[in-house]
Amino acid sequence: MIEFHLDDRSGLSPYLQLVRQVRQALRLGLLRKGDQLPTVKDVVARLAINPNTVLKAYRELEHEGLVAARPGVGTFVTATLADASLAAHDPLRQELRRWLAKAHRAGLDEESIEALFMTTFRTAAQEDIA
Amino acid sequence: MTAVLQAQGLGKRYSRHWALTDCTLDIPAGRVVGLVGPNGAGKTTLLSLAVGMLAPTSGSIEVLGGRPGASPAQLAKVGFVAQGTPTYAGLSVTDHLRLGARLNPGWDDALARDRTGRLGLDPARRAGNLSGGQRAQLALTLGIAKRPELLILDEPVAALDPLARREFLQGLMEAVAEQELSVVLSSHLVADLERVCDYLIVLVDSRVRVAGEVEELLATHHRLTGPHRDPTRLPADQHLVAASHTDRQTTLIIRTDAPIHDPAWTVGQISLEDLVLAYMNKPTHTDTGRNDRPALEVQR
Amino acid sequence: MIWLTWRQFRAAAAMMTAALAVLAAVLGLTGPGLADDYSTGIADCTTQSGGCSDFVQRFFQDHQDPFLAVTAVVLVLPALIGLFWGAPLITRELEAGTHRLVWNQSITRTRWLTVKLGLTGLAAVTVAGLGSLAVTWWSSPIDKAGAYDYPRIGPLLFATRGIVPIGYAAFAFALGVTVGMLLHRTLPAMAITLAVFLAVQIAMPLLVRPHLLAPTRSNVEITTSNLEGFGAPRNGLMQARAVAADTDAWLLSSHTVDASGHAVDTIPLSASSGPCSTSKLEPPFAACLAEIKRLGYRQQMTYQPASRFWPFQWYETGIYTALALGLAGFCFWRIRRRLS
Repeated sequence: MIEFHLDDRSGLSPYLQLVRQVRQALRLGLLRKGDQLPTVKDVVARLAINPNTVLKAYRELEHEGLVAARPGVGTFVTATLADASLAAHDPLRQELRRWLAKAHRAGLDEESIEALFMTTFRTAAQEDIA
Repeated sequence: MTAVLQAQGLGKRYSRHWALTDCTLDIPAGRVVGLVGPNGAGKTTLLSLAVGMLAPTSGSIEVLGGRPGASPAQLAKVGFVAQGTPTYAGLSVTDHLRLGARLNPGWDDALARDRTGRLGLDPARRAGNLSGGQRAQLALTLGIAKRPELLILDEPVAALDPLARREFLQGLMEAVAEQELSVVLSSHLVADLERVCDYLIVLVDSRVRVAGEVEELLATHHRLTGPHRDPTRLPADQHLVAASHTDRQTTLIIRTDAPIHDPAWTVGQISLEDLVLAYMNKPTHTDTGRNDRPALEVQR
Repeated sequence: MIWLTWRQFRAAAAMMTAALAVLAAVLGLTGPGLADDYSTGIADCTTQSGGCSDFVQRFFQDHQDPFLAVTAVVLVLPALIGLFWGAPLITRELEAGTHRLVWNQSITRTRWLTVKLGLTGLAAVTVAGLGSLAVTWWSSPIDKAGAYDYPRIGPLLFATRGIVPIGYAAFAFALGVTVGMLLHRTLPAMAITLAVFLAVQIAMPLLVRPHLLAPTRSNVEITTSNLEGFGAPRNGLMQARAVAADTDAWLLSSHTVDASGHAVDTIPLSASSGPCSTSKLEPPFAACLAEIKRLGYRQQMTYQPASRFWPFQWYETGIYTALALGLAGFCFWRIRRRLS
């Protein structure tokens, strides 16, 4: 079963973070068709967030056709995301490895690499939304 | 959907000091409502009026369609966890549960015992010997196991360490999910409320400054940054909440439903905390209802 | 609510029960012996020539200390109840903030107060009743022996025997609760309760009790049989006093009066010459007394006879109970006002 977490500083609203984490899990194959998502009660008891947030995220996923709610039972995965993206993982991973090696040679330590990556990633993500 | 709390011109005066002035609210059911404001703003007064511990000096208040504290039925519908989460220091945890069972016809004993068991509260331990976090959890259990429709909490986590605070909110949210409970929760820390609240009321200096769904508030409030400019020249549909200036730059926080067309401004989102702070710092003579100056000419 | 009231009251009840048990044990063990001693002593002395006054006096003096001790217990008991059971009843909740917990359970404040006030009040009057009746029973031989100095209807014994301590306890309790409700803080409430209670307890025998029934006035001759004080302590003039026929009465006032009814301090008869001259004086002072009577001097007394002991007990208990109920009613009215 997937476990959610919230990043207070990510700038994304909580329900969007949940949606993304489900999509990510689907992409990576951590969630498969037929798996049950955690109940609203369980999510809320772990994260201390408003149940409406979780409901909204699950509704959004249902709207995208990724999950379906079965009343009285739970919310279940009904589809996976385009597997095509999985195929791109290996070459992307290799490219990433090369980039990391380059960064190390340039003299960046672990923290600097992470910071560089995160800021670039976030800026790009916001430009996507805006 | 029925309103969980309706107030019309509600006011409370102690001798010469008005603790609450002209408070008008219409809070829908099924929400977790955050009541935020500085110390002395009137939060405790408003909550005390809602549970019937105080009577209004002016105006009216209705909770779940009834007068607060008027009858056992009304008392059973509304749970209250007061500031400092009071418990009987000499009574054990089990005694407190028995208190709840004897004094509340709607008491869910299985729920109460399950909760205290999961929280690891020693049943024989006196409440006076519990830690602050455990006492708060005990008070919360008493409020939840009563199975109210509305649970009101007055600064329940103010004195708790971060872990206890998180555990308290976890327990509260779990109960909300399970029982379809409406909650009104007051705090002077916004960070506590951001995760759990979907409705916000900002109370400053005995008055309600803003009240509404969090989503809608975040969508309609914007931070505008741009070159220094006289802030009074704003379009009719934009309401100024806060303004700050340096010699070169002006930063405004405004509320508007319409899109912002002026290209001179950089429009940004505003966090809930900044929104609350903007309303808390807003000088009282600035009236959001009254619009300031003629419309700005928009250059397209 | 009954369970909660009991649970909160448990410790105080245990202490009081223990104290009462000790008192009951002491009284129970010594009481029958005491009664025996007195009755055998009376039986003996009535047959003797000197009469019983010697025995009675000695009996009382022998047992004066325990007599005063148990009397003090009953005297203090209502005040203790008012202070330690009455005053903290509401203030303890207000000071700890637990009123915000218990008044938001599904019972109204009125019901909360009804049970707390009713049960604790009931305990208060029961304790006072048991204590008073136990002491009344135990002390009756000593009371009879000391009736001359401490008449039963007199202020000290009246307040500590019979049923009035029940009324006092009810009043002190209700007073404590009311003051606590008005002041919100325990220690000031206890202090004010004590002050008011003492004031009432002093005012009662001074101002109210003498008039519960119209006092008996009697105007008697000063004769050898009722002569109490006799002599010429100052400026050579005579003084004479008589006592009431009812020796166990509560004397409210007693003056020697002249023929027209004015109270006098001395009788204008010289102690150096005439029928009252000291050289001629020896008991039974018949000649002097005859002269006093001839001049029209009498003793005027206002008193409450001993036979009124029980009527007064009922009246006074009734008054205090009414006060207690009035205060309780006020508390019920007041608690519906919101207290945050």
